[in-house]
Amino acid sequence: MSDLTQKPAPAQSQPSRFAQMWDSDFAYAFRHSPVAIVALLVVLVLFLAALFAPWIAPHNPFDPATLNLMNGFTPPGQPNAFTQDTFLLGTDDQGRDVFSTILYGLRISLFVGVSAVLLAMIIGVILGLVAAYIGGWVETLIMRVADVQLTFPAILVAMLIFGIAKGFTPPEYRNQMAIWVLIVAIALSDWVQFARVVRGAALVEKNKEYVQAARLIGRGSLPIMFRHILPNVLSPVLVISTISLALAIIAEATLSFLGVGAPPTQPSLGTLIRIGQGFLFSGEWWILFFPAVTLLALALSVNLLGDWLRDALNPKLR
Amino acid sequence: MTLLDIKDLTVEFPTRRKVFRAVNHASLVVEPGQIHGLVGESGAGKSTIGAAVLGLLERPGHITAGVISFKGEQISGLDDEAMRKLRGRSISMIFQDPLTSLNPLFTVKEQLVETIQAHHDVSEAEATKRARDLIDRVGIPDPDTRLNQYPHQFSGGMRQRVVIALALCSDPDVIIADEPTTALDVAVQAQILDLIKELARERQVGVILVTHDMGVIAETTDLVTVMYDGEPVESGPTHEIMGNPQHPYTKSLIAAVPRPTLKLHRFPQISYGGRETRFAIEDLARNWPKTDNDMSKPLFQIEGITKRFLLRKGLLPWDREYFTAVDSVSFDVKPGEVFGVVGESGSGKSTVARMIAGLYDVDEGRITFDGQVVSDLSDKAALNAYRQEIQMIFQDPYSSLNPRMRVDDIVAEPIRHHRLLEGDAIDKRVRELLDQVGLGAEAAMKYPHEFSGGQRQRISIARALATQPRFLICDEPTSALDVSIQAQILNILKDLQEHLGLTMLFISHDLPVVRQMCDRVAVMKGGKIAEIQQTDDLFANPQTEYARELLELMPKLDDLSTENLVAES
Amino acid sequence: MLAYIIRRVFQSVIVLLVVGLVAFSMFRFVGDPIDNMLGQERTQADIDRLRTELGLDKPFPVQYFKFLQGAVEGNFGVSYRQGRPVSTIIAERAPATLELAAVSGFLAITLGIALGVFTAIRRQGFAANAIMTVSLIGVSLPTFLIGILLIYVFSVELDLLPSFGRGETVKIGNWSTGFLTASGLKALILPAITLGLYQMTLIMRLVRSEMLEVLRADYVRFARARGLTDRVINFRHALKNTLVPVITVTGLQLGSIIAFAIITETVFQWPGVGLLFINAIQFVDIPVMAAYLMLISVMFVSINLIVDLLYYAIDPRLRIDGRTA
Repeated sequence: MSDLTQKPAPAQSQPSRFAQMWDSDFAYAFRHSPVAIVALLVVLVLFLAALFAPWIAPHNPFDPATLNLMNGFTPPGQPNAFTQDTFLLGTDDQGRDVFSTILYGLRISLFVGVSAVLLAMIIGVILGLVAAYIGGWVETLIMRVADVQLTFPAILVAMLIFGIAKGFTPPEYRNQMAIWVLIVAIALSDWVQFARVVRGAALVEKNKEYVQAARLIGRGSLPIMFRHILPNVLSPVLVISTISLALAIIAEATLSFLGVGAPPTQPSLGTLIRIGQGFLFSGEWWILFFPAVTLLALALSVNLLGDWLRDALNPKLR
Repeated sequence: MTLLDIKDLTVEFPTRRKVFRAVNHASLVVEPGQIHGLVGESGAGKSTIGAAVLGLLERPGHITAGVISFKGEQISGLDDEAMRKLRGRSISMIFQDPLTSLNPLFTVKEQLVETIQAHHDVSEAEATKRARDLIDRVGIPDPDTRLNQYPHQFSGGMRQRVVIALALCSDPDVIIADEPTTALDVAVQAQILDLIKELARERQVGVILVTHDMGVIAETTDLVTVMYDGEPVESGPTHEIMGNPQHPYTKSLIAAVPRPTLKLHRFPQISYGGRETRFAIEDLARNWPKTDNDMSKPLFQIEGITKRFLLRKGLLPWDREYFTAVDSVSFDVKPGEVFGVVGESGSGKSTVARMIAGLYDVDEGRITFDGQVVSDLSDKAALNAYRQEIQMIFQDPYSSLNPRMRVDDIVAEPIRHHRLLEGDAIDKRVRELLDQVGLGAEAAMKYPHEFSGGQRQRISIARALATQPRFLICDEPTSALDVSIQAQILNILKDLQEHLGLTMLFISHDLPVVRQMCDRVAVMKGGKIAEIQQTDDLFANPQTEYARELLELMPKLDDLSTENLVAES
Repeated sequence: MLAYIIRRVFQSVIVLLVVGLVAFSMFRFVGDPIDNMLGQERTQADIDRLRTELGLDKPFPVQYFKFLQGAVEGNFGVSYRQGRPVSTIIAERAPATLELAAVSGFLAITLGIALGVFTAIRRQGFAANAIMTVSLIGVSLPTFLIGILLIYVFSVELDLLPSFGRGETVKIGNWSTGFLTASGLKALILPAITLGLYQMTLIMRLVRSEMLEVLRADYVRFARARGLTDRVINFRHALKNTLVPVITVTGLQLGSIIAFAIITETVFQWPGVGLLFINAIQFVDIPVMAAYLMLISVMFVSINLIVDLLYYAIDPRLRIDGRTA
């Protein structure tokens, strides 16, 4: 449209920022995507459940005082043969309420996943921005390391870091440290995605004329990187974060399942599945089934959200 | 017999807010051997007509009314398969960008042969022979070698010739050329247009030539239809419409075209459609610090500056390859003058501008501003002082404003950085500036995407004026704008120079625009300066062969009506 | 061309040297190798003897060089846990993993590309959308859950296929293959599907998005405007251009099949290198970890090298210098 047709915007009827956001194409697309809405709801419910687990859970699975071995292997929804106690999702071999262990396991899984992604994001975004803006040997070094690391699958890198860290920690601290090691291991295996995407986007932004305008004014490298370029590369970062969250949750579950992640004293969903696998063939399916469904629901919703975000933020794909 | 007859065509794109009518009851006719120009500014719907004829409208666009007939038979509304047979065989298309129109992974021969065989039942050998003849016909030298090359081995102009050869593969009756020369340099542009003209005559092909460029229309077409906002406002033989336009929009459009032969005082402001945006130069001048331009000394002295770019990285020095973008360029800029630098793409003109602005380091040579060497300033205070004095207006109004910053922050950034004002005074100054460039103070709270290209360029100007500089670098400030907006922006720049006494460096590839703006001009070629002259002298009497060539390749605009134009005294 | 290959090989060697350094540092600094190798009843003489034997008294670069020398000869020392040479253990285990990886890699690439192309061309169709939805579930399902699910359905409930092990194997030289016996082939089905499924969904989604990107390109529009048939446009013009970026990522995916084999092997108790590695991590058996790391880096680096050369063969922009014209 040309200037000729564009009348000055009427000043009196300026809608509020919220109304503008509600009316934006992005919000509109969201309101009209049932899949995205359901996915967001599921993610929110699971997050809240994890956050308020101690208040929601009927039992504290880690308090031996509340456990009764007689309650072991109670099927879901049926009263126990000895104690007549009923458990919504049944109990495991030690009489722990499966529903409660899932809530606590979700807490661990989400804590590890979110922390790992945040850490990976901070590392990746900073290194990606620096690589793109500074260039030269700094860029070469960062991107070479990224390339080499990318050659190795993330899960393998995480395992290696976990294995090395295990070698360094004295055995008595291993269980306590496991969660933190897990976070660092997953973050270090995932930062490359952020760095590559941010560098790619920042290289495009760097050559745009608004960056030159800022340099011409005399702004230094840091303000240009973080005030000018960063806000313009955030949408791909958002997409990558969401997809990475799903990957991190799955990676955590996988490592825990393999026995190199969250310890049985602090079981995550993956640990629960590892425990449950042993009872699958003897008929106590619920010990495995419910944690597995929770994990799938979580990973799938986050993935659906990520997929939707990518399409919504990249209009040319529509 | 009429080849293509478009009657009452309406094309609509439903969006969620409203139905956007891209083409509104357009009619036009194409006869054999005739070139019919479709001209208009961006958003006028001219390209949409071409896409509608070929059934290549991007979803969700569709034809809602009207009939398109080819040789008397209706073709609008045909199914995909029938449309495919028609495409290429009867109606062909040439796209704007030859760089992206060819598949990079196939040789020119492969692409030609498959297209010929898709339309004619001939053997591979026969198809290859025809492909070779076509390549020869569109003027590509050494066709036997070139045939087996890949698209990336061709230059832009040669690639567009390949595209034309591909469009000719099936002996089409009609060719729709959508901005076929917009991505090319002036010299190449003229050759491609000549080729299209020749082929139209020789093969009796009807051509629809879609363009925004009045020069292309005046030089190439037989008939022209002027489009505005989806509607054809005026149609007829080209020389009549150009020489004696009747419709007020056509008049305003023609009056806004810069002429190489006539330097205007200001472009006439004949508004059509919307309201005119005012530029309050008097208000601006009132608060501007008085500069007494000492005409005896140059403001800028550029002495032998050179810039090399690394082409190939290498760990070892002899492994690296350099490209010399600017090769010992020297000139002076006098206070208060507009100094133009003109050249084709790759001539190094933008690099010169960026070196002066301090965005690129100077590899060799020296830049002196107001008696002080500024090409290797390391003193922070001196550097900041220099930066306050020079500002720049960029080419692309869509990328020169940070989309995530509010307009008031964009304009305030230089004021805050240089600590020129504090607190509420900044806000007041920003609103004043926005008001003075014609956007109104309420623009402050908005984001760049809420403005049109011309309005954005005004925001850029407000930002550039925020530090009250003495020197303004304009790097192709209007080449991304429609011609009527270009006229407005050029008028503003003329005002700034006249009323504020600003000195300007004006970079452009467009000679007529340079003629309108500049006092003196340097012509650049391959990183070197070919000649420097007073603008009038350059146009009247170029000293070098290269400048003469450039001037000759300019579109001749003598046919255009000079109604409402006032020459500079 | 030759310069390009030499440069890539040179880069690959550097990568291997760096990985070797990591592996060696692991070996050298994580825990004390002497502690790990000698039991409780050790004398100072034993310690000194082993120290000299392992070369731990030499300076670091010399030790590193020795380690590399050993690695090239296939000598990675002795497993802390099994007390046998690591190279022997790995040689025993490698065929199982390689056969599994080859079958699932083949499945993942062929099906992934075919389904990706299908869903891109028919992007509005019902079948394509159904496949896309299912594939998202596939990406969200951790590999080990797929394995457990398959075992539950096909082994526990239907009792059709074995739930663990490789079945009978036949020895051909040093290579024990499961391809030649019925039970070997039956045992291969579930693990191969488990391992291939996730990679297949990834490749499929990648091919689809690349192809959609290509189908929007100007040269495809121009091909359409020239009246070429959909078949020629989709399978000649679009597919070839799609394959250029897809090859790189597919190469990486092939590499990750070897890594993901760890999970599959754990679920199915498949006697491969992955299972060996996961046990090594649990028991901090550093020589095995180091050897595994070196081995799969060699594999990844070779895959990458091949991918780069393929890239070179497909894309004339790399092969022929544009500036010569």
